Amino acid sequence: MWRYILKRLAQAFPLVLGVVIFNFTLIQFAPGDPVTALVGDYPATEEYVRQVRSDYGLDKPVPERLALYLGQLARGNLGFSFANRMPVGELIIQRLGPTLMLMATALSLALLIGIPLGISAARSRGRLSDWVAQVGALAGYSVPDFWMGQILILIFAVGLAWLPSQGMRSARSSATGLEATLEVLPYLILPAIALSFRYVALLSRITRSAMLDALGADYVMGARAKGLSERRVLIAHVLRNAALPIVTVIGYNVGLLIAGSALIETVFSWPGVGRLLFDSISKRDYPVMTAILMMVSITVVSANLLTDLVYAALDPRVRIAR
Amino acid sequence: MARTRTLLALGIIVLFVLLAVFAGQIAPFDPFQGGQEGLKPPGSPGHLFGTNHIGQDILSQILYGARISLAVGVSAALSASLIGAVVGSLAGFFGGWVDGALMRLSEFFQVLPRFVLALVIVAFFGSGTVKLIVVLAILSWPQTARLARAQILSLRESTFVEAARLSGMRAPAIILREILPNALAPIVIVGSLDIASAILLEASLSFFGLGDPNQVSWGFMLNLAQAYLRQAWWMALFPGLAISAVVLSFNLLGDALNDVLNPRLRESA
Repeated sequence: MWRYILKRLAQAFPLVLGVVIFNFTLIQFAPGDPVTALVGDYPATEEYVRQVRSDYGLDKPVPERLALYLGQLARGNLGFSFANRMPVGELIIQRLGPTLMLMATALSLALLIGIPLGISAARSRGRLSDWVAQVGALAGYSVPDFWMGQILILIFAVGLAWLPSQGMRSARSSATGLEATLEVLPYLILPAIALSFRYVALLSRITRSAMLDALGADYVMGARAKGLSERRVLIAHVLRNAALPIVTVIGYNVGLLIAGSALIETVFSWPGVGRLLFDSISKRDYPVMTAILMMVSITVVSANLLTDLVYAALDPRVRIAR
Repeated sequence: MARTRTLLALGIIVLFVLLAVFAGQIAPFDPFQGGQEGLKPPGSPGHLFGTNHIGQDILSQILYGARISLAVGVSAALSASLIGAVVGSLAGFFGGWVDGALMRLSEFFQVLPRFVLALVIVAFFGSGTVKLIVVLAILSWPQTARLARAQILSLRESTFVEAARLSGMRAPAIILREILPNALAPIVIVGSLDIASAILLEASLSFFGLGDPNQVSWGFMLNLAQAYLRQAWWMALFPGLAISAVVLSFNLLGDALNDVLNPRLRESA
C-alpha cells in the first residue's frame, strides 16, 4: 500500500506544478499594467514607476519571476487584493468556513438521499418506479443548480415565506457560540438543497448501475446459494462491491460541487469563496480570481488523489496491479 | 420505453432548433425592444410569458436565446470531439512518447475545474460567442481523446488494419479511413453529452454576467431575474425551463445512443 501511495503522490506532483505554472502564465496576461494597478491613475514620475517595477520584480526575466512567485507561494503568500485592501490569502480564509459548511451539508444530503434512491431503483428494476427514478435522475442532472436555487427561493421564501433566502444570519443578530451556529440552520437549508440536487441525481444513477452490476455477479449467487438472508447478501456482498464506483463518482466530481457552490452562493448571497469569486469578477480583482482558481485546481487534484487511495484501500487488486 | 424517451428527446431538440432558426419570424417583438411599462405578468395582452423590468418580451428573448445556447453548445461540443478524436488517434496510433505526452496533457486538462477556469479566462480576456466556443472546446476535449485512444489501441491490432497496412496504406489514411469510422460510436455518445454540458456551462457563465454582451442568452435572463425574484417569478421560471428542457434532451439522446450503439451494455446499464 505504501508503494502505491508514494507512486500516486509522485504522479500528482507534476499536475500541481503544472497548475501553478499555468496560473503564473495567466497572471502575466492579466489585463492592465500592474504598475497602474499599484500606483493608480495618478501620473507617476518615471523614476517612481521604475522603483515600483523593481520593488515587485517586474523588471526581471520571466524564469526569475516564476522562481519569485513559487517562493511567495511556498511562504503562503497568494498576492494582494487591491479591491479589498488585504492579502488574498486572508480574504479566502475568512470565506472558507461558510463554503465548507455549505458543501459538507450538500454532500451529506446527497449521500442520504441519492444512495437509497439508487438502491430502491435497482431493486425495482424494469418497473415503472425504476423508469421514473431514472428519468428523474437525468432530469435532476440537467437542471442548472443556480436556477434550482431561484425556484426554491420562489417557493419557500417568496411564496410560503418559510425560510430566509439571502445571507447566513440576520443582520440584527447578536447571538454567539452555539446559539449563533443554530441561527445559521434556516439560512443553510435552501442553498444546501439546491447544491445537493445534481449530486443526488448523479449518485442515484451510479448507485443503481453499480448495484445491478454487483447483483448479477457470481459471488452474489454464491452467497445466496449458501443460504444467506437477502438483507445480508445486500449489505455484505452487493453494497460493499457497489461502493467502489460510488466512491469514485463522489471524489471525481468535487470540481462539480465547487462550481455549483460558486453559483449557489451567488444566488443566496452566501458569504463564501464562491461569492468572493463572483465579486472579484465584477471588481476586476485579478489576484483574487487567480488565487481561487489555483486553490480550486489543487483541491480537485487532491480529491482525485484521495479517491484513488480510498479505492486502493477498498480494492486490493488496484494496488497490486499498478 | 427507451423508444419513447429517444423520440421525446429528438422532438424537443428539433423543436428548439426550429424555434432558434425561425426566431426572427416567430418572435412577437424585437428581444431588445423595451416597453413603457415593465414587469407585466404572463398572459398580459401581447406578452404570453410576460415582460422583464424594462419591458422586454420574455417569449421573444427565449426564442432568440435558443440561438446562442444551441450555437455555443453544438459548436463547442463538435470542436471538442474533433480535437479529442485527433489527439486520441495520434496518441493511440503512434504510442511511445507521443502517447505519453498527449495523455499527460489530457490528464492536466481533465483535473482543471472547467467552470472556474472558464470563468477566469473569460474575465481576463473578455467575452464573445466565438471566444466562449473556443474556451469551452479547449476545456472539453480530454474525455473524447481518452476514449478515441482506447478504441484505437484495441483496433490497431485488428486484422483489417493489418490488411490495410500490408496493402501499403499510410498511417494518416489508415487512421481516417479504417480506424476512426469504427471508433465513432462512443465518440458520438460523448459528443451528445458534451453538448448538454456545454449548454449548461454557457448558461452558468452568462448567469455570472460573462456571456456574449451583444446577444440575448438564457443564463443572462436568469441573472436579471435574480434581482426581481420577489416581484417577477416569470423572469426566472421560463428561461430556466428552456435550459433544463434542452439540456435534458441532449442527455437523454446520449443515453439512448448509448443503448443503441452499445448493445452489450443494454443489459447492465
